[in-house]
Amino acid sequence: MKFLCVECDRQMQFEERQLPGDGTLAAAFRCPTCGRVVALLTNPMETQLVASLGVKIGGTTLPPQPMETVRGMVATGKPDAFEDEGERGAGSSTVWSSEAQERLARVPNFVRGMVKRIYLDYARDRGIAEITPAVMDMARTELGLEGM
Amino acid sequence: MSLNIRTYRDLTDADRSGLADQIGAQRRRVATRLATVRRVVAVLSGKGGVGKSFVTAGLARALARSGRAAGVLDADFNGPTAPTLLNLPVARCSFRDDAIEPAVSPEGVRCFSMALLLEDGRPLAFRGPDTEGFVWRGALEAAALREFLADVAWGALDELLVDLPPGVQRFQELSELLPVAPAVLAVTIPTPESRDAVRRALRAAIDRKATPLGLVENMVGGPFAGSAAEELAAEFGIPVLARVPFHPGEAVWENVVSKLGRSL
Repeated sequence: MKFLCVECDRQMQFEERQLPGDGTLAAAFRCPTCGRVVALLTNPMETQLVASLGVKIGGTTLPPQPMETVRGMVATGKPDAFEDEGERGAGSSTVWSSEAQERLARVPNFVRGMVKRIYLDYARDRGIAEITPAVMDMARTELGLEGM
Repeated sequence: MSLNIRTYRDLTDADRSGLADQIGAQRRRVATRLATVRRVVAVLSGKGGVGKSFVTAGLARALARSGRAAGVLDADFNGPTAPTLLNLPVARCSFRDDAIEPAVSPEGVRCFSMALLLEDGRPLAFRGPDTEGFVWRGALEAAALREFLADVAWGALDELLVDLPPGVQRFQELSELLPVAPAVLAVTIPTPESRDAVRRALRAAIDRKATPLGLVENMVGGPFAGSAAEELAAEFGIPVLARVPFHPGEAVWENVVSKLGRSL
């Protein structure tokens, strides 16, 4: 999938991605010559189809997590299918605000360990000391974590 | 006046999405993980209910007893049975580096199955839109197969047996994901109906450059009449490795391992 600014005859460059949380996706592309921006808007079915391929519009920003598609997509997984990996490889002093903890608790058990680790790695890599709902929102948009 | 628009392949600027590169990275991850697996053997039939999983488990256990490092990837995501057939212990999946440890049977067969992940008695269901599920469900199952191949710490194996569901779709997904075409073990029951379905599946496998190792005829000596295995063996020029009665002893599987000998 590529976008062409026909007027400038230039390939447009990915600018940013937004996940409103309703299953839709918006991805903006900018023409490097004239600066015009267009947005690709996908409906939930289209968003799901892209996610099913295990790829991300705008590129991946995280190393692959083991079975990330299965864990992110299976709705009937056992809550205790996986050991808790929240602390795996962490070793940081990052703390969770109570609001962020509440929000994390709403993530299904089956995928919670992976989600927790992704947020911890995101915070650690950016020197963020406390994970708040705002940090989670930022990470979701930046990393393309639909539904997390 | 029509616009003179350059097309997809004309645009060669660096693309941050790099969707093709992401797909390529997925394939490389599969190849890297399976670099320590000597051979992948797809157990297929094309026909449901002929005992593919039963044959897979019997063969895997016999391989392990003979001292070979055997694994089972249960690719029947909607009807997974490998954990029960292999007597796998009930335990949480644990992690090793960037992968998930397979479960290990008492005989030493390494196995991964959707049954290890699903709630008891619940079907495989995916999160997503309520409508048009047929559009993306197949892609998600193919992604699950890719992750079962790439994200399980299979380690060094002599044989990784892939227990396929009925039909040929999962086999096609498997052969597209693997760096080299798999070997194939076909399972049939004696009936003409099974023969016809297995013929199509074997033909599909051969069309994809798979190497057929032979046939196992299951449920022999019971109510099912016919000579499916003999006919298919003659047609495809492959051996009948076993004719398995109801309630076979372990010697049946050890005989298959022995017959496969050098080819496995």
